Amino acid sequence: MTDKFISIEGIAKRYSGAGGATTTVFENLWLSMARGEFACVIGHSGCGKTTVLNILAGLDAPSEGAVIVDGQAISGTSLDRAVIFQSHALLPWRTVLGNVSYAVSSKWRSWDRAKVKAHAQTFIDLVGLTGSEHKRPSELSGGMKQRVGIARALSITPKMMLMDEPFSALDALTRGTLQDEVRRICLETGQTAFMITHDVDEAIYLADKIFLMTNGPGAVLAEVVENPLPRDRGRTDLHRHPLYYALRNHIIDFLVTRSKTFAAETPDHDPRNVPLVHVGKPELTIASDAKPEPSREASWPGLSRPSTSS
Amino acid sequence: MSTSLRLRAGLVSIVLLAAFLGIWHLATRSTGTTTTMSPEYAKLMGLTATQGKSAMPGPLDVGAKLWEHLKRPFYDNGPNDKGLGIQLAYSIARVGTGYLLAVLVAIPLGFLIGMSPLLSKALDPFIQVLKPISPLAWMPLALYTIKDSSVSAIFVIFICSIWPMLLNTVFGVASVRKEWVNVARTLEVGTVRRAFTVILPAAAPTILTGMRISIGIAWLVIVAAEMLVGGTGIGYFVWNEWNNLSITNVIIAILLIGVVGMLLDQILARFTRMVTFPE
Ligand SMILES: Nc1ncnc2c1ncn2[C@@H]1O[C@H](COP(=O)(O)OP(=O)(O)O)[C@@H](O)[C@H]1O
Ligand SMILES: [Mg+2]
Repeated sequence: MTDKFISIEGIAKRYSGAGGATTTVFENLWLSMARGEFACVIGHSGCGKTTVLNILAGLDAPSEGAVIVDGQAISGTSLDRAVIFQSHALLPWRTVLGNVSYAVSSKWRSWDRAKVKAHAQTFIDLVGLTGSEHKRPSELSGGMKQRVGIARALSITPKMMLMDEPFSALDALTRGTLQDEVRRICLETGQTAFMITHDVDEAIYLADKIFLMTNGPGAVLAEVVENPLPRDRGRTDLHRHPLYYALRNHIIDFLVTRSKTFAAETPDHDPRNVPLVHVGKPELTIASDAKPEPSREASWPGLSRPSTSS
Repeated sequence: MSTSLRLRAGLVSIVLLAAFLGIWHLATRSTGTTTTMSPEYAKLMGLTATQGKSAMPGPLDVGAKLWEHLKRPFYDNGPNDKGLGIQLAYSIARVGTGYLLAVLVAIPLGFLIGMSPLLSKALDPFIQVLKPISPLAWMPLALYTIKDSSVSAIFVIFICSIWPMLLNTVFGVASVRKEWVNVARTLEVGTVRRAFTVILPAAAPTILTGMRISIGIAWLVIVAAEMLVGGTGIGYFVWNEWNNLSITNVIIAILLIGVVGMLLDQILARFTRMVTFPE
């Protein structure tokens, strides 16, 4: 919390509907991230996750509040913040190389063709698409298209990556490999990443911090959950970690019940100081971590499982 | 499977054509001399009366005449007797000129309207009123102001081909996928570069579809326009041959109008395919 690389300060988004009624998607939303941190946002459909991401990207403007990146309030889009779109958003009339080169030549306007091509090629190689440079998006599988999207985002060497459910349209196997790759690249390059996901395991595997959002309209950022799993975690043995189920159950519990009832149960919620939750060791349980809350402890069927696996 | 389907379809086409030509031939063949009459009267009545020959030419007459035309497409024996090639060239040149002028106006204007909601709303009533006007209704006004019949024909072509292109360009530009525009925005691509690198390629299939509709309409209208203004062109040829009572030539002209129209359409269809990329 010392280095606030990204700071979302009291943003609101309102839409004026028919008949002068305004819908507030969210208001007074505060959120911050440190440099090199990987954050995942989890919340139900329609709670405003994409809206937050678009505001961060500069594609959308908040009705109120400001976003500060690296000490400067943002206004509009920037080559410092790359976006990986859910629907990959490749330009179908350009080849793989053409799509990545388009980004490269947009960032470095003075580069000649050869230099642009060489730079783009590096990132195509990085995501494992060597040999497919001259294919058009229609000739690629869903996973390969998203790889191109990742290469395009990385090729402009951004200060941060914004990902809106980048893998939700992919099959489980492809999703797994791409998660591995994104994690490897982010760790290697020290990228700051902000990802929206529906997949709890994806969040546990990738994120350092998980932002939990309540249901809209009038969604709030309920808690920030710190990932207790070690940094060198592997995707396949994630579930063996003693804290895995405690963390997973905490998130699922939030999604299933607390995301609906949060506002009513927590009237003193301060959106400027969102609680940072450390999920405790299974033998201690979460209840002993923050305030004791025995009713919640009882509703954790998953708690018995870690003991069998370790 | 698809090749055999194509083969069978081709076979059916040939059978249909042969049947059509056969029926045509039977329906128009001579029925033999029917009445005897004085030579002067027979001369007046023509072959129809003297030999029982149908006034409608048969496929063999048309074929022979067509062969004659194809052998000498570019002869020029004065204003009322020019080769079919020359007449078609006049028509194609008029269509080409009017059409190209329309492209030069419709596509940039369509781009502006498509990118600006203000212009789009402001110009909409004008377009809505001007679009349904038959292009030939402009003819008297064109003749009065321009005073040159050939240029007036070009103007009519311009007016009739501008609307489909303009409307399709506006629609294509306005409905470019938002995420493609967002890609350009996140890459800080300027407006002009964005117009050429994202919006133009994304809207190209829609624009070319409009251009294809336009060339079809232009080719429909040129025949009527040339019938009105006269002088040269395939439309004038049809009218002139009707006045000469040469149904054979009229049929040949109809056939050629169809073939040229098909070729123009196919050229545009090919261009459309060239700029269309599946996602
Ligand atoms: N242009 C708009 N006009 C009105 N409401 C909108 C508009 N765009 C989004 N919304 C509303 O904002 C809310 C949040 O949308 P979104 O950020 O896409 O949610 P999420 O990504 O979490 O599923 C939704 O309830 C949606 O109905
Ligand atoms: Mg969304």
